[in-house]
Amino acid sequence: MRKTALNAVHRQLGAKMVDFNGWDMPVEYPKAGGLVAEHMAVRNSVGIFDVSHMGDIRVHGPQALAAVQHMTMNDASKLAIGQAQYSALLYPQGTFVDDVIVHRLGENDYLLVINAGTREKDVNWVTGAAKDFDCKVEDLSDNYTQIAIQGPNGWKVLQKLTDADLTRVKFYWFTHGTVCGLPNTLIARTGYTAEDGFEIYVPTDEATSARVWNEIMEAGKEFGIVPCGLGSRNTLRLEGALSLYGHEISDTITVWEARLDRFIKMEKGGFTGRDALAKQKEQGLKRVLVGLENVERGIPRDGYKVFDLGGREIGYVTSGSPAPFLKKNIALAYVPLELSAVDTEVAVEIRGQQVKCKVVPTPFYKRPKKA
Amino acid sequence: MAFPADFKYTKEHEWIKIEGNTGTIGITDYAQQSLGDIVFVELPKVGSDLTSGKSFGTVESVKAVSDLYAPVSGTVIEVNQELATAPEKVNSDAHGAWMVKVTLKDPNEANGLLSVADYEKFVAEEH
Repeated sequence: MRKTALNAVHRQLGAKMVDFNGWDMPVEYPKAGGLVAEHMAVRNSVGIFDVSHMGDIRVHGPQALAAVQHMTMNDASKLAIGQAQYSALLYPQGTFVDDVIVHRLGENDYLLVINAGTREKDVNWVTGAAKDFDCKVEDLSDNYTQIAIQGPNGWKVLQKLTDADLTRVKFYWFTHGTVCGLPNTLIARTGYTAEDGFEIYVPTDEATSARVWNEIMEAGKEFGIVPCGLGSRNTLRLEGALSLYGHEISDTITVWEARLDRFIKMEKGGFTGRDALAKQKEQGLKRVLVGLENVERGIPRDGYKVFDLGGREIGYVTSGSPAPFLKKNIALAYVPLELSAVDTEVAVEIRGQQVKCKVVPTPFYKRPKKA
Repeated sequence: MAFPADFKYTKEHEWIKIEGNTGTIGITDYAQQSLGDIVFVELPKVGSDLTSGKSFGTVESVKAVSDLYAPVSGTVIEVNQELATAPEKVNSDAHGAWMVKVTLKDPNEANGLLSVADYEKFVAEEH
């Protein structure tokens, strides 16, 4: 199994470890309070995550922008240097190779942050997609320990450890600065928790990685920082209705179905997947992703079947869980377009029983705007 | 982790306390620790029959669903209603937060269950 440079740190903290796509990762830290406490810490103050299993691909050279435009659905030409955007790599049929965050590092210099489970596939895909362009594709996945500091107090914790002025870094922007004495560290105001926060990219040697982790923990003490595992990462992103590859998005689901319309720029010109998506838009959708909330008692889980109230099977749950902050049981599910309106009642089959749920607006959780 | 000496245990991590012809059933502290934050407990109705080794309900943490397995056969005479609204009691006091009480079908059945020493050994090996 693959390990991040922080593996020993997690074990020392008494984390419960799981196999996540071939990675030995912490799912929760019972000694720090466990999943629910981790979730609440991020919503109310700050939590720290090891997300080094994520991959990183750099595309640079004279035609790097053209290559990135060709292989991703968002409009990378709109990015200023120091800005990032949510985007995706698509197959010609408009389905997902993976979702990515595109960072514009410099003139014709881009960093694509990708999912752990799709690293090799993505690197091959990007390499293939870029081959007709004058640019270089580099897999930097093993070059970084990626640490996420998430929550409304995340910036205050990180500010104690860096000379960069974090108040000047807006959401989905990044900068470079000295962090824990490490010069030129990439500091991005990004995350996967539906909360404010930062992600930093530091060298992967174990000693440096552990030192940075521990310095963040120490700096976060006054804010009640807790280490957070994949369990709370999942419930946090689900409350924010953020897609997870293999669940809400996959190689059989299209951008329109996943309702990621605002991240696709059809008008930017040709890109892989565009033609199929234009056609699907014309023909209309059969199914779409909706948010569900339980009306009757029960917890919808990943893969459970969805029925209409007449007992006809109509779809399935992509992700479902108790939502620790909202204190409700929620799910994302694919249902037919005609049953996707808010307040429509459907049933999720939970251990043989039809449990009533209703369609609700997403995201389930939206972070409060700063006063 | 201290497991009460007057309970019997299963390899699926249920406990049962037998008093006369009545058995009180719950899950062990080891079980609640491995499950994590418990948010939902689904229990049978009074009057339903439990069959030894078969599922009689479920306990759900944020992350997962686990079946509850009957340590013995019997008929449910009481259900701990408190767990419907306060499932977290199982986390805070697993050996006190009982789930069901049953009338034993065959008191000898409990002889096949693990003693506290056997269970402790089993947990130590599994860990």
